[in-house]
Amino acid sequence: MSEERSGANILVESLVKQGVEFVFGYPGGAVLPIYDALFGEERIRHILVRHEAGAAHAAEGYARSTGKPGVVLVTSGPGATNAVTGIADAFLDSIPLVVITGQVPTALIGSDAFQEADTVGISRHCTKHNYLVKDPADLAAIVDEAFQIATTGRPGPVLIDIPKDVQIAMAAWHGGPAQRRQRYAPRTQGAIEEIEDAVAMIAAAKAPVFYTGGGVINSGPRATALLRELQAKTGAPVTSTLMGLGAFPADSTDWLGMLGMHGTYEANMTMNQSDLIICVGARFDDRVTGRLDAFAPNSKKIHIDIDRSSINKTVPVDLPIIGDCAEVLQQILDVWGDRKPQDLTAWKDRIDTWRQKKSLSFPDNRDAIMPQLAIQRLFALTKPKDPIISTEVGQHQMWAAQHFHFFSPNKWLTSGGLGTMGYGLPAAIGAQLGNPDSLVIDIAGDASIQMNIQELGTATQYRLPVKIFILNNEWMGMVRQWQELTYESRYSNSYSDSLPDFVKLAEAYGWKGIRITRESELDDGIQAMMDYPGPVIVDCCVHNEANCFPMIPSGASHTEMILYGDSVAGTMDDEAKALV
Amino acid sequence: MMHIKHEAEERHVLTVTVDNEAGILAKIAGLFTARGYNIDSLTVADITENHSVSRITIVTHGPPSQIDQIHAQLERLVPVHKVVDLTERGPFVQRELALIKVAGMGEKRVEALRIAGVFRAKPVDTSTSSFIFELTGAPDKIDTFVAIMRELGLVEVGRTGVVGMIRGAGEA
Ligand SMILES: Cc1ncc(C[n+]2csc(CCOP(=O)(O)OP(=O)(O)O)c2C)c(N)n1
Repeated sequence: MSEERSGANILVESLVKQGVEFVFGYPGGAVLPIYDALFGEERIRHILVRHEAGAAHAAEGYARSTGKPGVVLVTSGPGATNAVTGIADAFLDSIPLVVITGQVPTALIGSDAFQEADTVGISRHCTKHNYLVKDPADLAAIVDEAFQIATTGRPGPVLIDIPKDVQIAMAAWHGGPAQRRQRYAPRTQGAIEEIEDAVAMIAAAKAPVFYTGGGVINSGPRATALLRELQAKTGAPVTSTLMGLGAFPADSTDWLGMLGMHGTYEANMTMNQSDLIICVGARFDDRVTGRLDAFAPNSKKIHIDIDRSSINKTVPVDLPIIGDCAEVLQQILDVWGDRKPQDLTAWKDRIDTWRQKKSLSFPDNRDAIMPQLAIQRLFALTKPKDPIISTEVGQHQMWAAQHFHFFSPNKWLTSGGLGTMGYGLPAAIGAQLGNPDSLVIDIAGDASIQMNIQELGTATQYRLPVKIFILNNEWMGMVRQWQELTYESRYSNSYSDSLPDFVKLAEAYGWKGIRITRESELDDGIQAMMDYPGPVIVDCCVHNEANCFPMIPSGASHTEMILYGDSVAGTMDDEAKALV
Repeated sequence: MMHIKHEAEERHVLTVTVDNEAGILAKIAGLFTARGYNIDSLTVADITENHSVSRITIVTHGPPSQIDQIHAQLERLVPVHKVVDLTERGPFVQRELALIKVAGMGEKRVEALRIAGVFRAKPVDTSTSSFIFELTGAPDKIDTFVAIMRELGLVEVGRTGVVGMIRGAGEA
């Protein structure tokens, strides 16, 4: 039975059909018909953020922590442009989002109408796909395809721009399955010869290493389980990118820690000296490889990735396998059977000598809390609760990646690709909504937290008990560190001047505020944060000038890591400075 | 001191079959600019009866690794059905159409007409002091013709850019 419904109504029904629980949004003129359709709607909960970037990041946090797509609803013009940072963030980190933007009425498009922006044009290169809907009759199929595109293949954000007249106009609605176009069908399995080659290479390797990334998390819990299974059969040690933390348990004796610019000495040396790198769902990003011509010079490389454009993009590989991580790992396990790997004792002994460097160690300090210590205590005290951690961007993010440890996927939410300050608080809000019983903590810096500080109000409104743990060093620490190491300590505009009183700020929003200034207060402060049933900001005042080590300076190779205690202040040549 | 380095480059002709939907050309052209790839020429027209599919021919140049990336990045776009690197797949035919306006009197005019005959360029407009020649061929043939006309009173050149197709009976 076919009846007529408005575009707005068809949109809402289509979202319900997709199983959408939450829409993160902010109203405005060009989406009023959709907001009206949401009025009194009990099947979908609208979460009113305080800024559209917050909506997109909250949807990312929800998606990353639940494995389901996040949905965003914003108005035309400034609503859409404000959301762009979050969309670009989701694009680089392959997070499934469906973003619905209002647009001025079709007849006014192109006339510089009030609150008109070329949203489809602006978002073209930071979405996986986008649409401008011209007829409400197309909406159901477009929404259906948008969810398929966002969640399958390499996940990513998809944007649907809906002019106001299309939201109001009527079209037939039959309630049955949408007539989606059958054009998007990513390849998920490797060819059998590729799988056999991979098995032969792994079985022959004397110094193999798994290099895993966000793709394992995106592929879902099955990929994580299969990775662990294959690792157990092959015995190869495992390192991970920032985005992949949690896929492999950090308490395994074969865990090397994170690799790359701020990775562990053992992870980077293992990569450098390996004879085989098995890359699973990672993309040889510049933060990981360091100097390209010195990256793992003697190793063969297998690269498993769902996105063919990730293959040979920066590092040429010997055996590319295009497919979904879980599918391909299963294929490899099937062919592996009960084969035995090479004796890896000598290889692991070498790795142990690298571990002896204790590259994550840091000096004691009597007068100030070392930020690394604060993270270690936060980890130790919250571990029984198996928390979800989000971060902002900077030193605190890297310290969290180094000193907080993860045992399962979807517990670690961070902006890796775009490196967006202001991601952590809204992401924590989204994660808390998706995981109401979890302890969710945003590990923040004093500068980053101010970038989406307005979202404190969102948590208050929805009574979300999120915690913010600020490592307050009164600097944009990561910028200060680079200026110290590469610009002879000329600290140009990196001091966090005029910081607010974070405790009072918390209280102003109805949060609890806790300040920690001494090491002796650390554990009690963290405990008080956990014991409080509502949202808390902990202003943890840490050593102002601590640096994040180990570090591969830009333009250097994995073997040229700087550890704590190496004297490094100075400058760099222009070639190195020009690298990001 | 730092200087920008350049790698050895190759010219490739790619054909891209796409859904004929709003913004697709901007998507493809924008992909090239956003990722720093080169477009030497780009032609597009729909090729199915119901106008739902278009075929784009792109001529590009770059280092081999970049050409491979271009291929992969194009395939990643949802409305793209198929990408064929004709240069890689080879051998293939490539043709371009040009209109070339030449003005002059006397001997130069006679010579222009004679050379046009050699190149099988067809005069499609004639006045007492000018010709417009229509010439179809591979790009280098057109380059050569234009270079000669430059000495014989060349006024204006318009070129369509290349369309290409794999030789033989099969579909690419
Ligand atoms: C939106 C945005 N602007 C600028 C930057 C560049 N940036 C990277 S880290 C950083 C400093 C972060 O300072 P803070 O949040 O205090 O963290 P800390 O490094 O001190 O731990 C800046 C400015 C960024 N990553 N994102």
